[in-house]
Amino acid sequence: MMEFSTWDILRNLLLAARWTVLLSLVSFIGGGLVGLLILFMRIGKLKAGRIFARGYIELFQGTPLLMQLFLAFFGLGLFGINVPAWLAAGLALILWTASFLAEIWRGCVEAVAKGQWEASSSLGMGYVQQMRWVILPQALKVAVPPTVGFSVQVVKGTALTSIIGFVELSKAGTMVTNATFLPFTVYGFVALIYFALCWPLSKSSQILERKLNVAHRNH
Amino acid sequence: MSLIAITEVKKRFGDNEVLKGINIDVDPGEVIAIIGKSGSGKSTLLRCINGLESIDDGSILVAGAQLLPDELHLKALRLKVGMIFQQFNLFPHLSAGRNVMLSQMVVKKTPKAEAEVMARKMLDRVGLLHKFDAYPDQLSGGQQQRVAIARALAMQPIALLCDEITSALDPELVNEVLAVVKELAAEGMTLMMVTHEMRFARDVCSRVVFMHQGRVHEIGPPGEVFGNPKTPELKQFLGVH
Repeated sequence: MMEFSTWDILRNLLLAARWTVLLSLVSFIGGGLVGLLILFMRIGKLKAGRIFARGYIELFQGTPLLMQLFLAFFGLGLFGINVPAWLAAGLALILWTASFLAEIWRGCVEAVAKGQWEASSSLGMGYVQQMRWVILPQALKVAVPPTVGFSVQVVKGTALTSIIGFVELSKAGTMVTNATFLPFTVYGFVALIYFALCWPLSKSSQILERKLNVAHRNH
Repeated sequence: MSLIAITEVKKRFGDNEVLKGINIDVDPGEVIAIIGKSGSGKSTLLRCINGLESIDDGSILVAGAQLLPDELHLKALRLKVGMIFQQFNLFPHLSAGRNVMLSQMVVKKTPKAEAEVMARKMLDRVGLLHKFDAYPDQLSGGQQQRVAIARALAMQPIALLCDEITSALDPELVNEVLAVVKELAAEGMTLMMVTHEMRFARDVCSRVVFMHQGRVHEIGPPGEVFGNPKTPELKQFLGVH
């Protein structure tokens, strides 16, 4: 039987962690863009858009991410579309992330005082102008800490994609365990790597929250 | 011809009829004080004139132009009529100067340099030129309200609506704001103000409107309304028996 050194294990896990990072980035950026679209539908003036956005958010928040991954992976296969694991994983995570970010950001937009809308209206600004110059700049500041905080959920969410065979950190952990028969060591490392990715994010979310809340929080 | 013509205006919130047929004509240069108990509809009336609330019945004409609820007409109206709020509603992420510049640049497409000249002029007018670069949270309530006035003036409105603009201020800050309003009145600006400052209403206003339960209950020059109230409701409101 082959012997594996600790470095062998760690090296393989770190190589796989690159895919976790990449998938997280793609999900977060893609989810942010789709989420922005959903946000504008959700708070927009068009009723059909509002209904669609609400349905979208409820659907993706109301079902487990795992089911969404299965549906993206196996569901499209039913129609004869061959979906590679990375595509299904990316797609499902983007849509899932978008539903949460849209809702987080909606809260931030609504946190801007009603008087800001009224004052800008009374000065003759239209909806888009109000959004661009008055509401979003203020909402953005409120949004930074929870958005960074949610990115932790995205990183951890990528672990689920191992189920459909996407080789990221968790899947690599399983594979290395099968080869080494050292589950505790391997998953211990896996957990540590996840922690090393997530902890700086939650910490910076906390720091940002404090920074944006000090005396001159509004500039 | 009257500058603001309010005819049979009715406004309902659900089952609650807040305005039950209001008629007021305001001439250019007039300063109108609207007084009354809370819930009498005075703030709602001001908000209707600026299109922040839509009216259910009646008509509002400003300088001959009808108030209609679509964005184009609203914008045209709001360029004529400025509004000042109880809570100042300055944009907290912008400096005082930027607050005054923003709508000029965004709505009127005034070039930045020109908008800045105007902003300095207007801030100077309310005595706050030295606060051009200060942010709202670095200003006192009275200063914030004066910036809000400068912001409204920079759009060069023909009339200003003031909705309890001193009610959120500490007592010692009320006068600096009222002094600015008084000056505007003296310069001939048309003003409609909901106020609880009875002495100010008496000294500065050309007419006083007493609203009660969604109607104009009494209207007249301040001497008459304050000196010789006719209805028991106004007597009770003023505390004279």
